This record gives sequence, C-alpha cells and structure tokens, in this order.
Amino acid sequence: MALATRTRTSAPSHGPHGPQGSRSPSFWRSTIGKKTVMAVSGLIMLGYLVVHMLGNLKIFFGADEFNGYAHWLRTLGSPFLHYEWALWLVRVLLLAAVVAHAVSAYQLSRLDIKARPVKYVHKRRRASYATRTMRWGGIILGLFIVWHLLDLTTLTVNERAWAGHPYENVLATFSTWYGNTIYIVAMAALGLHVRHGFWSAAQTLGAGSARRERTLKAFANGLAVVLFAGFVSVPVAVMTGMVN
Amino acid sequence: MKLTLRVWRQRGADAPGHMASYEVDGISEDMSFLEMLDTLNEDLILRGEDPVAFDHDCREGICGACSLVINGDAHGPERTTTCQLHMRSFADGDTIDVEPWRAAAFPVVKDLVVDRGAFDRIIQAGGYITAPTGSAPEAHATAVPKADADFAFEHAECIGCGACVAACPNGSAMLFTSAKVNHLNVLPQGSPERETRVLDMVARMDEEGFGGCTLTGECATACPKGIPLPSIAAMNKEWLRAVRKGPR
Repeated sequence: MALATRTRTSAPSHGPHGPQGSRSPSFWRSTIGKKTVMAVSGLIMLGYLVVHMLGNLKIFFGADEFNGYAHWLRTLGSPFLHYEWALWLVRVLLLAAVVAHAVSAYQLSRLDIKARPVKYVHKRRRASYATRTMRWGGIILGLFIVWHLLDLTTLTVNERAWAGHPYENVLATFSTWYGNTIYIVAMAALGLHVRHGFWSAAQTLGAGSARRERTLKAFANGLAVVLFAGFVSVPVAVMTGMVN
Repeated sequence: MKLTLRVWRQRGADAPGHMASYEVDGISEDMSFLEMLDTLNEDLILRGEDPVAFDHDCREGICGACSLVINGDAHGPERTTTCQLHMRSFADGDTIDVEPWRAAAFPVVKDLVVDRGAFDRIIQAGGYITAPTGSAPEAHATAVPKADADFAFEHAECIGCGACVAACPNGSAMLFTSAKVNHLNVLPQGSPERETRVLDMVARMDEEGFGGCTLTGECATACPKGIPLPSIAAMNKEWLRAVRKGPR
C-alpha cells in the first residue's frame, strides 16, 4: 500500500497550482483588468484633449478662422462621410471612454474603500495633492463636461447663444464671471488629474520601469501644464480683451 | 526616557477595540521598539493586567513577523522593521500611537496582532516551480543574465511583513504580490509557470479583499526591504502578457 505523501487540505480547490477551475477570471473581474480599462479610456480622452486644446487656440486668429475651423470639423471626411458623421464618430468614442472610465473608477473606488474598513487613529498626510484628489477631481470634471456641453454644444445655458457661431458663443461664456470661474477651476482639476492619471496609466499598462520613472513623471507634469495653460489662455484672453 | 504610549487594545477578533494610554519610564534609547513594548508588558504583568499582544520573531529584521503602525507609519519613522527601530528615533516625553496593520484582508486577532494568512494564500496560489528535486543541479547548467539575477534578488528580499498593505490607503497588496511574481517570473527556473503564476496570484489577491493600486507610492516608501514602486508596473506587464497569451 502506498504511503500518503501529501496531507489533504481542507480546501482541495486550491491545489499547489491555484484554483484550477477559476484559472482565467474574466479580464473585467480583475482589479488590474479594470485599471487597464481605466488607463486606456483615460488615454483616449487625453489624446482628444490635446487636439481640442490646439483647436481652441485658433480663437487667437479671429472669428473667421475659428468659425471656419468649427465648420471644417463638421465636413471632416467628406465626401466619403456625410456632414457631421466624423464628429459623431468621435462623440460616440468619447462617450464610451467616459462611461468606461467612470464605471471602472466607481467599482475600483468601492473595492478600495472596502479594503480599509477601519481607519488609523493617528492621521498623517499621505501622498501628493494630485494623487489624493483623483476621485473628487474626476467628479468635478464629469460635472464640468455636462455644463460645458450644455453651454457650448447644445447652447442650452448660454445666455447669448447664436447657433453656428462658436466664436461669439465662447466670448459670451467668458464674459460672465461664473463662466470664467467654472472653466478655470475645472481646468485646474484637469491639470491635477492628468498629472497623476497619465503617470498611473503608464504604470498600469506596464510601461513603467526604474529607468523610465523620471521621464514618465516629467512627461505627465509637462502634459498637465501644457493642457492647463492652453485651455486657460482662452478665458484669460477674453477677460483681458485680447480676444473680442 | 519617559514616554506616553497610546496602544490599540482589542480582546479578540470580534471584540470592540480602543486606544489605551500607558506611561513607560526608564526606557533606554538603545532599546528596540519591541524591547520598549516588552518593558511595558513586564509592568502590565506585575500589575496583574493583560499584556499587549504583538507579533515578533527573529528581531533581526529578516523574518517579517513584526508589524505595528507607529505614529501613522508602518514600522515607524525609520525605513526598517519595527524590531530594528530604536528608541533613539524618539524624544523623551513623546506620545507614541501604536496601531495594528489596518486592512480588511488582515483581520485583527488580538491587540496589535493581525492575521496575515492572506499573504500565505497568495503565495500558495502561485504554486511551485518545475524543477527536479534531489541533488543540487550543476550551477552553470542554466545561465541567468546578471541583470535578471539582480532583479530577481531585489524582489526575493520581500519578507512578507505586510507594511505595504498597512501603508496603502486602499489596503492593496500589489507591491507584495509583484515582489513574489517578479522574483520567479524573470528567472528561467520560473518560466514554465510564468503565465499561470501571475494570473493565479493576482486572482487570489483580489479574492482576499485587498484593494486596487492607485499608485500613491506609500507602499514602496514603507517597505523595509526597499521593493521599488516600478515592481508594480512590471507585474502589470506580466499580467497583461499572460492574459494575451492565455495560461499554458
């Protein structure tokens, strides 16, 4: 009779090579999978923001150039694509990215909060400001996007709305105190969000290494500053009368 | 040195806990933090009170048994283990807060002792390496590039103390798991199970109720063995690679 060489454990499903039955949990179930979704959707939105910011700068070259650019966006891809189709394709992609980003952020945040049910009595400040404000910053940005669309896309809340004349509408927004305040606060939140977000996305996608850490951080900071400065230059120019 | 300690006291896993204040006197600055707690416990035993329960073993900084969050820092203000933390890091008359590791995956057993069995189960999920046992293999049979050997050794230094989880605001075990995964995945000896190891260990880590990584960097700052933050990126890369290739 052979001798028993292994002690039977109470949990036979977890043998020496782990839970055989549930070896490949779905990508979405894993925290790393959710973070990958968050990183990719974040990078899609970031890519859009860079293009959006560069487009905004056309406001410094007058109403004709800015409004012409807005019109060109609608005829992009023609004659192959119908009027506004390219724009709608981008909108659908962005909506998918926003939803994926928000859902993964919500689910991961819930897991994170559940993983530390009892807080430390001795509090101390942890992590950088940009890192600590990722969740609230994200919510602020979500609300800002809603306002921004109602203000300059649907023109619902724009007081001096003039359909088909984005240059005049931008000026209308930035000639109100609240328009400037909402916009500049949101862009500050965006800069902070990008600062930690871009670097984190790089880590999540496995691009980080000891050698590249400094370069990635510098690039994330640079991107945050460029986006903030580029976007905020428009309300500042309107306020100072450079653009009128 | 005379100190005021505020220590987390909890009779059992399900009992409510509280911070209790104790005065300790006659502490030498050459004592380790654990020796200071031994002094407190001797006092408590003489007074007929229940001594403070805390984990400790080698007291040489190599076993990973000691824990304690001291003034909000895992293993205290120096970058070392609690057993290698000396009282010279504190000043006479200080008030020191001592708390257990806080994480859903590390339930408190008593006072400052937590159950770190979740770490053992993550390691168990990683399984074995496929290697012949018996006589020692010929040392030159399997060549390992120096850079890979250094990378593996850097991660093999992890003693599994759990400071990374205690320091992380999300109670995440990503740094620990990455140390274990990277250690074996970079070596030829660990390569037959490269994909299953990372998939199984990460799945187990999630099942144990650890949070996700938000790259705050608190773990790497607290780690007494200096496991670096990019280790997490290296594990993410391994995980994504394994998902693409599928477990073999």
